[in-house]
Amino acid sequence: MSSRNTKQQGTPGPSLRTRLGQLEWKASPYLYIAPFFILFALVGLFPLFYTVWIATRQYNTLTGDSGWAVCGQVCGDSGTTASWLGNFQWVLHQDSFWIALRNSFSIFLLSSVPQIIIALWLAWMLNANLKAKTFWRMGVLLPYIIAPSAAGIIFSQMFSDKMGAVNVLLQAVGLSPIMWHASTIWSHIAIATIVNFRWIGYNTLIILAAMQAIPADVIEAAVVDGAKQWRIFRSIILPMLRPTLIFVIITSTIGGLQIFDEAQMFHNGTSGYGGPNHQYLTLSMYLWTLGFNNVTIGQPNMGRAAAVAWLLFIIIVLIAILNFFITNRMASGGMAKVSKEVAAERAAQAERDRQFAIRSGVEGRRRLAEQQTAQSSAQ
Amino acid sequence: MGKQDTKRDDLGVQTLEQAYGKGVARAAARKRNHLGVTSEGRRAGAGTYTALAIVILIFMLPLYYAVSIASQDSTATQYGVEALKPGGGLLRNMAAAFQAMDFWNALGGTLFVSLIVSISTVFFSTLAGYSFAKLRFRGKNVLLTIVVGTMTIPQQLSVVPLYILANKAGLFGSLWAVIIPALVNAFGVFWMTQYLQDALPYELIEAARVDGASMFRTFLSVGVPAARPAAAMLFLFTFIGQWTNYFWPMLILGSNKNATLTLAAATLKGAHFTDYTLVMSGVVLTTLPLLLLFFVAGKQLVSGIMAGAVKG
Repeated sequence: MSSRNTKQQGTPGPSLRTRLGQLEWKASPYLYIAPFFILFALVGLFPLFYTVWIATRQYNTLTGDSGWAVCGQVCGDSGTTASWLGNFQWVLHQDSFWIALRNSFSIFLLSSVPQIIIALWLAWMLNANLKAKTFWRMGVLLPYIIAPSAAGIIFSQMFSDKMGAVNVLLQAVGLSPIMWHASTIWSHIAIATIVNFRWIGYNTLIILAAMQAIPADVIEAAVVDGAKQWRIFRSIILPMLRPTLIFVIITSTIGGLQIFDEAQMFHNGTSGYGGPNHQYLTLSMYLWTLGFNNVTIGQPNMGRAAAVAWLLFIIIVLIAILNFFITNRMASGGMAKVSKEVAAERAAQAERDRQFAIRSGVEGRRRLAEQQTAQSSAQ
Repeated sequence: MGKQDTKRDDLGVQTLEQAYGKGVARAAARKRNHLGVTSEGRRAGAGTYTALAIVILIFMLPLYYAVSIASQDSTATQYGVEALKPGGGLLRNMAAAFQAMDFWNALGGTLFVSLIVSISTVFFSTLAGYSFAKLRFRGKNVLLTIVVGTMTIPQQLSVVPLYILANKAGLFGSLWAVIIPALVNAFGVFWMTQYLQDALPYELIEAARVDGASMFRTFLSVGVPAARPAAAMLFLFTFIGQWTNYFWPMLILGSNKNATLTLAAATLKGAHFTDYTLVMSGVVLTTLPLLLLFFVAGKQLVSGIMAGAVKG
């Protein structure tokens, strides 16, 4: 303290300009992120915490917040016991919830699995030495600019049970028409088709970018070793795409379980939401029905809708974790029990060995040597 | 691996020629050519072109179907195979849909929302991304982790509280209720941070500082120009995202049913579900502006997706 004083007395302090400059230097980073974080806290973070609160409350649009959630008679009591778990208990007692969960899972699987396989195939073709590359790439991306709700309207008509184009064509070739709306599994396939239609091209380009990042000499060396196209794809390209594939799988999981627009627009003007038997009611649609769509005034129950939102979120997180472990385990060949460092070390070693083998043509020479020894022993 | 090993192990065509003679090199080149792998990548045969063309035609089919139905002369031919043959009523039907969905109003609303949201997202993301990528400050990693972490949270988690808040603020039915929650997004910040980390060398920032530029001046004269390509892509993606958005506008705009194009198209379907020539005309009208944008900026979209993907 005293030394600072003497210093200031001894020499003139830093000029105002310098001090302002230093202040600017220190404060700038925070000033630049502040606008984002202030807005983000208001419209992004605060609602998240607020949902936790609402999910535990009895919250009708008419009456507002009226204490802890009441589960009602489905929980076995007279319907008056209030507890913070009430909304979750109520939701878990509803058949519709479980149907919606099943539908969401089914549509998510039917959309993400074919989507990634077709995207891989398309990316593999686009990765060839094509003429007019941009044209083909733009071509596969075209569906991306069609709004999911608009695509839902178009496909709902194409897949119309009675006179849709798909059924008319099926009948033209002598097959029986398919109940695209009335049947549970076929409606899921139809909705998954809408999702795939919009997202295949997008994922193709993501995978294509990763394919192009694979060094050409690795593939060339494999060719020298006598690897065929399929073998190159399976043993070199696919393993090297792993980080990108994990990314694509996780994003399509998050998207696939949230499907709303496509399924909502899929219903005909006359049928109920999610179909008369809720055959294509998704979790997001169920949330909307609970919180926003019940027609009686005061009926929409925001608390229960918030509880569904939380259940949806938990399911998404669980599946993302599961995805991660499965892909990890597949990659490390079932070595999940060793520690991370050891696994990383081994993977790195294996990769070095593989690269070396690819480069040096060891495999080819080993086979050659084996053939020679076999021939000499035969002689 | 020693230098000599590398040489011996490199089995390119030229090395083969040096080491084993021309015959071996020719054989290797032939074999590679046969397998379709050259140094420029796999050769594309007629099969590849045909398959890609078929896929793209399939992708265009739903759009064609929509236009075809929209062009039917009467509702009698709106189903089945007849609907696949274009009629002559396209302009008439589109004019009717234009009226029914209050097109100018819907287009104006969509443009208003999409433009404000895109401009704001790009502005705040560039500012924050520059700070995260190039400036040093305490708590940076924690804050960046929060940003990335919230990217995976589904929209459904915040619709209930946002709905309540918007109602309390008296914004129910107003376009501002659509705009305000979308003003910033975590993905944008992540995207700009990733881009600027590589695209902007520290030397440039230092040079500007040495020349006496203030921090903000440095940001404007060095950071912003470097961020421009990524900012343009972020703008495009945010714009398309808002244009095609349906769930939240549908919730919060309530009875304001023609406020945006996606809502207007959905309303048209609800009101005229027996007349698909009209409904599909509405769908075509909704999609047309983005189709134009796609022809102008499709190349940027492609490279934007591919640039973002490498980082993953």
